[in-house]
Amino acid sequence: MSEYAMLIDYEYCTGCKACEVACKQEYNRPAGKAGGVEVIEFIHTLPNDKLFITNIPTFTRACVFCAGRVKQGLEPACVKHCMANCLAYGKIESLQKIIPKKRKAILWTKG
Amino acid sequence: MKDNGVKIIKTTTWSPGPGCHGGCGILVHVKDNKVIKVEGDPDHPWNQGRLCSRCLSMTQYMYHKDRLKKPLKRVGERGQGKFEEISWDEAFDLIEEKMKKIRDDHGPESVIFHQGTGRDIGGWISMLAYAYGSPNWMFGLSGISCYTPRLMMMSITQGDFAVVDASQWHEKRYDDPEYQIPETVTIWGQNLPATCPDGFFGHWYIDLMKRGTEVLVIDPRCTWIASRAKLWLQLRPGTDAALALGFIHVMIKEDLINMEFIKKWTNSPFLVRTDQDSPALLRESDLKENGSDINFVAHDPVSDSFVVWESDNQVYQKSDIKPSMEGEFNLTLANGSKAKTKTVWTLYKENAEQYTPEAVSKITWVAPDKIIKAARIYAKSKPSALHWGLPIDTIPSTVPTSQAINHLWCLTGNLDNPGGNAIARYAYDVVTYPYHTGGSILSLPPDVMEKRIGMHDYGAIKDFRAWAQPDKVLEQIFSGDPYEIKGMWIQTANPIACTGMEPKKWRDAIKKLDFTVCVDLFMTPTAMLCDVILPAATFLEKDSLKAWWVPLQAIKKVVEVGDCKSDIEINLELCKRFMKDFPYDNVHQLFDTLLESADMTYKDLCDKTWMIPPKGHPSKPYFRYEKGLLRQDKKPGFRTPSGKIELYSSWLEKWELDPLPYHEEPPYSPVSTPDLFKEYPLILSTGRRMGPFFHSEHRQIPWLREQQRDPVLEIHPDTAKKYGIAHGEKVCVENWLGKITVKALVTPVIHPDIVMAEHGWWFPEKEGKEPELFGVWDVNVNQLIPMSHEGKAGLGSPIKTMLCKVYKAKG
Repeated sequence: MSEYAMLIDYEYCTGCKACEVACKQEYNRPAGKAGGVEVIEFIHTLPNDKLFITNIPTFTRACVFCAGRVKQGLEPACVKHCMANCLAYGKIESLQKIIPKKRKAILWTKG
Repeated sequence: MKDNGVKIIKTTTWSPGPGCHGGCGILVHVKDNKVIKVEGDPDHPWNQGRLCSRCLSMTQYMYHKDRLKKPLKRVGERGQGKFEEISWDEAFDLIEEKMKKIRDDHGPESVIFHQGTGRDIGGWISMLAYAYGSPNWMFGLSGISCYTPRLMMMSITQGDFAVVDASQWHEKRYDDPEYQIPETVTIWGQNLPATCPDGFFGHWYIDLMKRGTEVLVIDPRCTWIASRAKLWLQLRPGTDAALALGFIHVMIKEDLINMEFIKKWTNSPFLVRTDQDSPALLRESDLKENGSDINFVAHDPVSDSFVVWESDNQVYQKSDIKPSMEGEFNLTLANGSKAKTKTVWTLYKENAEQYTPEAVSKITWVAPDKIIKAARIYAKSKPSALHWGLPIDTIPSTVPTSQAINHLWCLTGNLDNPGGNAIARYAYDVVTYPYHTGGSILSLPPDVMEKRIGMHDYGAIKDFRAWAQPDKVLEQIFSGDPYEIKGMWIQTANPIACTGMEPKKWRDAIKKLDFTVCVDLFMTPTAMLCDVILPAATFLEKDSLKAWWVPLQAIKKVVEVGDCKSDIEINLELCKRFMKDFPYDNVHQLFDTLLESADMTYKDLCDKTWMIPPKGHPSKPYFRYEKGLLRQDKKPGFRTPSGKIELYSSWLEKWELDPLPYHEEPPYSPVSTPDLFKEYPLILSTGRRMGPFFHSEHRQIPWLREQQRDPVLEIHPDTAKKYGIAHGEKVCVENWLGKITVKALVTPVIHPDIVMAEHGWWFPEKEGKEPELFGVWDVNVNQLIPMSHEGKAGLGSPIKTMLCKVYKAKG
């Protein structure tokens, strides 16, 4: 059972991709290949014909949840730089306390 | 200093580098004199630790293999791509010799000093132009269509600029007890997450939304924030003035305006003569001989007499009067003739009366009920803030449009209030980027300034901003009338790929000149045409300062790359060569002088990195018009000719423009050119922002370019189907001026009758020499947009409102 997880308050993800580049900078990852995180955009036409844009940061197999940074007491690079402050990393029990009440969110566990 | 040899330095972002208008606090990680990482500074109130993808790519930008690192001199023909490296001494000597010869032979005004969008350049390029002696300092975008029209209109309406108060004047930000979260923010034409506009940080709106702010969005595209709005109005490009007037109509009709504020702080009671060809404010000089023409006149209902408003003293000549707000009044003038007048407010209401929701709906394509609902949301929210974007500038009707929108916060009293539109001044009044005079560092004698191109064509160009008018400059390069243009200094600009409409004309213009210099960080399609190219430093390789709008910030040189020099150092060295007794020996002396109004030196500022003005300082909100903090004479009121918010603009009257806002059809549209519309049945809009790129920059940065390889045209699925176009296919976008070939991005976010093309594209990886110029001609949408279509004030151009046809590209 994993102790730590990433909480993604994706309702506020604007799709700016700061997380992607923060990850690439942190690990000097090459362009043209996925880093630890990739943002997926959905443009939904809802049943009432309203358009709704949803962005979801997804964590790839390359993500190590910034173990090295976390050990030093720092946030993962993506969490630190998220322009919308919609990522949080920590122990599951503390994340449970900040799960947004009125909107959908994703808890991404380490597995 | 960490034990691993990594030094961490606090500094401030501004271009060059991320490209944007800057302001973020960062921590730069340096090892062995090389930047190895850039992170957001969590203690900085602006970005609070966050950072965008462009700034996070700084290491790739600074140490890019294609970075210009030495001055280059052209050795082949212009555009042939043959350059040789020279030393700085050789470069400065060559520039000095060539430019002094032009000055001796043709006069200093024959050299244009050409900048791009307003970043860390205005002070330094104007300094160079004036040290050389030329009044022709210019931003090359047709109609100066980037914030200047809005700044001008704000300046003449309420004497100062205003921006949304997202708590940026408070160190504790949203938690400051003085601050109020806006109930609603109206976002008028801006895709906030992809942009960092006008001294603002787009994601502050996400912070506000989390704290309860609702958003109202006005945009032809369904942006991310539009999809989350309480209400989204999808208007036809270029009809924003009509929509704002529709709001005003509803607000007046339903009594949703702040009448107390309007009576006290606007020129609504002043009388306007209505018996002449065009209306004119009644002035004291009309009433009596030797009366002042800067004093205005109101009607006192108690005595049924006329009372003079003394603009200098900010009082009526009779105490305790409550002037008539509405009505028609006849009177006899000093010369014995009879005059008919109405109050400004009566005229204002008559003007708004015609913009009924139904009439506005026909113009804007927005349903009448939505217009009414939106006006109610805006006007009833307390506080209510309004954020506007570049589409207000990139239309020829920018002046009445800016005016109408500016009036929304004036009519509701959402001005300089917490959580409304706060008056924005340079922090501590430190002017690094001059507007009106152009002379924050040097100035030119009036007889030289008289030669500034465009100032005699347009009052707004003459009186508001020190720039030459770019459309007139381009015309003059070809006509030589009234004098020949012989040289161009290009710095922070790429007119061939970005700011130049009809860019082939700009290419021909640059090639026609005797001598051209381009200062840049990479070879660009524009630099390729120039005679000397100077390598500029990024913001991490230079000392500078930023005061736009708040905080006052230091930019610190952290490392050096190649032989690159900062724009400031380059210009200062040439100033010394061009001007006898140039007063500064080095950049730090210059900074210390600029910082005098903050009572500190550059070193002091570097120690603090950033500073927010204290409460009570004229550069800090709130309600400064009540406290006498806006006017030089310290009286309550505004920095306008009358001291009031001028709903009826005395400046526009002076410039012989309509003093009240109105709708003006775009020059090419289904309404104004129906025959052309049959052949070109789609509205072509351009300029929507791309997150990874700032205008024409960053196409060579791997972490950014991978986010988008190619330029796209946004087209609605129904429209794409009609023309047999599939997502990702290459399409031609064509009109009577030109044609480009880009990829179709089939998306429901765009209106079916509008297509949105991206600007600023070129391909650093392709052949650079002419004719290819990095593939710019295949994709530069500005080839479909004309020069010399500036609006009546010399401002604005039809960048958002062209017409085109779209078809599948062959092969």
